[in-house]
Amino acid sequence: MIHAAWLIPAFPLAGFLLAVVAGKRIGEPGAGWLATTAVAGSFVATCVTFAGLHQLQGEERHVVDTLFTWIKVGHLDVHAGLLIDPLSITMALFVTGVSTLIHLYSIGYMHGDERYPRFFLYLNLFVFSMLMLVLADNFLLTFLGWEGVGACSYLLISFWFERDSAATAGKKAFVTNRVGDFGFLIAMFLIFGAFGSLDYAKVLPYSNLLTSGTATAIGLLLFLGACGKSAQLPLYIWLPDAMEGPTPVSALIHAATMVTAGVFLMVRVSPILTVAPDVLTVIAIVGAATALFAATIACAQDDIKRVLAYSTISQLGYMFLAVGSGAYTAALFHMITHAFFKALLFLAAGAVIHGMHDEQNMKRMGALRRYLPITSGTFIVGWLAIAGVPPFAGFWSKDDILANAWDKSPILWAVGLVTALLTAYYMTRQVILVFYGEARWQTAEGHAEPHEAPPTMTLPLIILAGLAAVAGAINLPFAKTAVLEHFLHPVLETTQHELVASGAHKVLFAAIATAAALVGIALARSAWSRTAERPELEPDVLQRAWRVDESVSALVGGPGRGLADFTAYSVDKNVVDGAFNGVAELVRRGGEQLRKVQTGYVRNYALGVAAGTVLLFAYVVVRVAN
Amino acid sequence: MTVSGGAYLALAALLFSIGAVGLLIRRNVLVMFMCVELMLNAVNLTFVTFARMLDDIGGQAVVFFVLVVAAAEVVVGLGIIVAIFRRRAGATADDLHILKG
Repeated sequence: MIHAAWLIPAFPLAGFLLAVVAGKRIGEPGAGWLATTAVAGSFVATCVTFAGLHQLQGEERHVVDTLFTWIKVGHLDVHAGLLIDPLSITMALFVTGVSTLIHLYSIGYMHGDERYPRFFLYLNLFVFSMLMLVLADNFLLTFLGWEGVGACSYLLISFWFERDSAATAGKKAFVTNRVGDFGFLIAMFLIFGAFGSLDYAKVLPYSNLLTSGTATAIGLLLFLGACGKSAQLPLYIWLPDAMEGPTPVSALIHAATMVTAGVFLMVRVSPILTVAPDVLTVIAIVGAATALFAATIACAQDDIKRVLAYSTISQLGYMFLAVGSGAYTAALFHMITHAFFKALLFLAAGAVIHGMHDEQNMKRMGALRRYLPITSGTFIVGWLAIAGVPPFAGFWSKDDILANAWDKSPILWAVGLVTALLTAYYMTRQVILVFYGEARWQTAEGHAEPHEAPPTMTLPLIILAGLAAVAGAINLPFAKTAVLEHFLHPVLETTQHELVASGAHKVLFAAIATAAALVGIALARSAWSRTAERPELEPDVLQRAWRVDESVSALVGGPGRGLADFTAYSVDKNVVDGAFNGVAELVRRGGEQLRKVQTGYVRNYALGVAAGTVLLFAYVVVRVAN
Repeated sequence: MTVSGGAYLALAALLFSIGAVGLLIRRNVLVMFMCVELMLNAVNLTFVTFARMLDDIGGQAVVFFVLVVAAAEVVVGLGIIVAIFRRRAGATADDLHILKG
């Protein structure tokens, strides 16, 4: 049963190939249903594999299914193989599950688009790449998936490439990710140098043999890759712009799945990180800083999708805070609950945009709950989940992370708590601006009334709302109910500390986190329920995201450009070209001198031959004599 | 009475030296050409001598190759020399330095 795992990536690959060959002929609804069926098939295959894995016990839950030899050069021997263990199957389950729902949603959302089949072709390719990333049994195959999702992300962000902003955003995402990929590549070189292999099975169990210096270098470089993919400081700048893509893309790639690849990578290489505690500290600090930084920006954005984008960056920061605190299970737990509620929020935001005829500015919305009952209801579930109100999913996972952060350092815990408060604040602001208050859109334009989305769009919303409400149940923080933790136990060392185990502390932490969430909600309610214009609460610096984009432009466009010009017109022209031309000139002049040897007098040549012979003869005699 | 191998080798060395010196000091192309032939045949003599001394037929076989190559070389060389004589009165090798690149 478990050896049918190859079907998991095979389904979306088949869907992709079919769409390449016949996508245009199949046409509008057909191509969407084909892609959705392919991903749903993949989800079923994942469930079957999961059931097979579940029958095995403890240490046996580590099945490597080698498909074929991919690269064999010297000592480098890379197989295309699938690693089925609790970690990869957990990832595959939620990737295929959420993808299926988003594919279904896209059938309605992309209705009428002139490149409809192509959209689903890209989506299927993305799901295939993402599954290769999580199921690969070696670093190189993971990297293949890593680059695959990056390429699909680029293609889908700039899907409406007629718009300048979309084309630019796609490029920005691609270039920023290259910076991170550079780290990943160097880390792979180091790993191959240290272990002579790239297979997880031949590297990770032996990572305690690494010197701490090598382990730190590998850990930091892999974390650089994770920063690029998972939008952490300072490589987060591409994610807000990625909202130029169609909303299902934002939900699938830039909220639920692809951006979690960095967290997954960190969890996968956790044995290496254990050897390098400094890296864990760096990860925790970067994660906490990103969480707080992005949350402050989200408080002052007007675009409905941008708020969610910054919120995603902030929540990813939470996950890295968990990884840095050594709480890998908590990171995965939050990744799963976040996938549900953030996909829900994005899809609901898409339904709002759809219903408002492509209006994205929250200041021109309001009172929409009467017109979009299903969308607003599900959005509110997502809001409660992300704000951390018990018993919704986000409460349990966020609480788990905060408790572990306290154990790492109370400062990190405090940053996480402030972020939790801000999260509750900006999400409440969004809910009030979009669904409550006065209807500001009527005054803005006398357009047709907002309308509820078709069933293919609302059905995924309802399912995701259900999941966002109850997904906390997979890892309740009580001894017998931590299902996820028990399942992941063979892969991840148990990181549960005394602290988390003791009941009184647990309740206290939960109470503080809940209080922070409620304070955030109350603050937003008092500030935004009466009016939509509060300029004093939206300082310019926050609206412009701390002016990071401007600073980057100024830095790269000013001194960066100068450096490039200096390199091109001084270093390259004089030093590099100079060396090249200098060698050529040397050869030319040498030749000019050398041609004087050719006199045209045969006796000179004959003398040369004779002298040469004598010299050779003398050399041989001397050698033989000695 | 048998002549020793050493005498043959000494004769060959003498012939070779005469040829080499002649090639270096004479200006007439035809004479230089004859000197080259002299050197070639001195080498041939060495080969034959060693073949007999070492009782190895290989040396004599090589001589045949040398003779064949020398014959071919004479054809080409004489052709060039005749062409030169047609163009100019004398035949000094030094006159031909105008052919250099």
